Amino acid sequence: MEKRTQFPVGWLPYALVAPQLAITLVFFVWPAGQALWQSLLVQDAFGLNTEFVWLENFTVLFADETYLESFKVTALFSVLVATFALGIALVLAACCDHVLRGAKVYQTLIIWPYAIAPAIAAVLWTFMFNPTIGILAYGLKSVGYDWNHLLNGGQAMTLVVISALFKQIPYNFLFFLAGLQSIPKSLIEAAAIDGAGPVRRFLTIAFPLLSPTSFFLLVVNLVYAFFDTFGIIDAATQGGPSRSTTTLVYKVYRDGFKGLDLGGSAAQSVILMAIVIGLTVAQFRYIERKVQY
Amino acid sequence: MVENRPWLTFFCHAMLIASIAAVAFPLYIAFVASTHSAERMLDIPIPLLPGTAAWNNYATVLAHGVPGASTAPVGRMMFNSLVMALSIAFGKITISILSAFAIVYFRFPLKNFFFWMIFITLMLPVEVRILPTYKVVADLGLIDTYAGLTVPLIASATATFLFRQFFLTIPDELMEAARIDGASALRFFWDVVLPLSKTNIAALFVILFIYGWNQYLWPLLVTTQESMYTTVIGIRRMIPGGDASVDWNLVMATAMLALAPPALVVLLMQRWFVKGLVDTEK
Repeated sequence: MEKRTQFPVGWLPYALVAPQLAITLVFFVWPAGQALWQSLLVQDAFGLNTEFVWLENFTVLFADETYLESFKVTALFSVLVATFALGIALVLAACCDHVLRGAKVYQTLIIWPYAIAPAIAAVLWTFMFNPTIGILAYGLKSVGYDWNHLLNGGQAMTLVVISALFKQIPYNFLFFLAGLQSIPKSLIEAAAIDGAGPVRRFLTIAFPLLSPTSFFLLVVNLVYAFFDTFGIIDAATQGGPSRSTTTLVYKVYRDGFKGLDLGGSAAQSVILMAIVIGLTVAQFRYIERKVQY
Repeated sequence: MVENRPWLTFFCHAMLIASIAAVAFPLYIAFVASTHSAERMLDIPIPLLPGTAAWNNYATVLAHGVPGASTAPVGRMMFNSLVMALSIAFGKITISILSAFAIVYFRFPLKNFFFWMIFITLMLPVEVRILPTYKVVADLGLIDTYAGLTVPLIASATATFLFRQFFLTIPDELMEAARIDGASALRFFWDVVLPLSKTNIAALFVILFIYGWNQYLWPLLVTTQESMYTTVIGIRRMIPGGDASVDWNLVMATAMLALAPPALVVLLMQRWFVKGLVDTEK
């Protein structure tokens, strides 16, 4: 798409794109290239000796038990986050679409937690579940359930999933609600005249019509769970106990900045880039074509 | 509404109220915790009604920070967060509106190449290339500076793409009329395009402010001096992890202060916020 007429070309358009281009080159293209290059090198601990090793970093990585484990952790975490965030948001959007009184107020109150930083949400929930003073841990203990996410991996995972939902439910809710409100009322009324109840109407009319929105949100939620949840994991569990909440992004950080394994960390970065690009392409190609009204 | 079903309506209200309560409860507990003294927080169970130490706690964290934790006063950290959020919002909007204008209103060599290079940055969040990006920033001597904190995060294409889509919907006749009247490209930008983009800029500003204020990973890497920490990072440093004793009343006061500004922005500018959220993901 282009404009019919255009301004005469001089130095001006170059000057206008220059700032963005400069930042893109320095802080994006150059580091991404470095990551690619470094993923093929092995460096000793003091940075004195560098050797070119082709794909050895990658083969080492895929033979590494802990790396495969963090793949599983990431998969579990993102499936849990996406499922609950989409499911809860859909139910809430349907409810909010149904009620007449107070719909605007409900909408505002459900949307606003989007403003809370994921790391802050994690701190709030860590406080609630703190094994010694947390109010929820206390409540669970009084009904005979022992909560300690510092020792129990499953409980630690529950904690980070709950914290991650805080920001993602409002987001999904907003899109589902917009989707529901754009469904023509005549369809719903026709179904009602034919005797379909509210649940039936939702399942056979609203739900299929929402499928493009849902698939779009699914990709967004997966990307969120993969990459934007670093703060939650660092603030709530630091990847523990015993790596049970160490996701791929957290491992890149830990190996690179704490372990100083530059080649391995760069190789992990390259794999992550491949995953992001894969998800984006899937979003543009596959999903837009397959899911239609 | 096509029929009256009181039970269904009741169920919907109940679900909505329950979900709002689920969000409000941790916030309420955090608020209550921030109004009690450190001694009271050691009694189990912790209090469920506000105490009297609120003024004391908030004044302490704002002016001095949390004793024992190596952080700057929260007042200072909130200033850092504010600088970061505003610089990212203004920086992104400025550079992306300029480059989108160039891409839409000029036909020049390498235009498509530039467009795709900018567009590709959409795909790679800073999280996947942290180490090399950190190295670039370190080599440029930008560690512990506001520039290092903000400039690398401005390199994203979402806003450029959004403005491009919007400019394509501006009628061509406006530009033709401007050219007949002898306006230069910059004059046209200033007098026609910019005023038309006002609502888009406002919507984007709200989203970017929240994005900037809530950044976690990047400030964690780039700041080493306490005086450069942002609020979100500061909280993390107040909870050392493990069994070390934590002044939860002061930490929760800090958490309240950290989430207040973006929450206020969303509540006061909700219309722009919703528009921005929906637009930036198109």
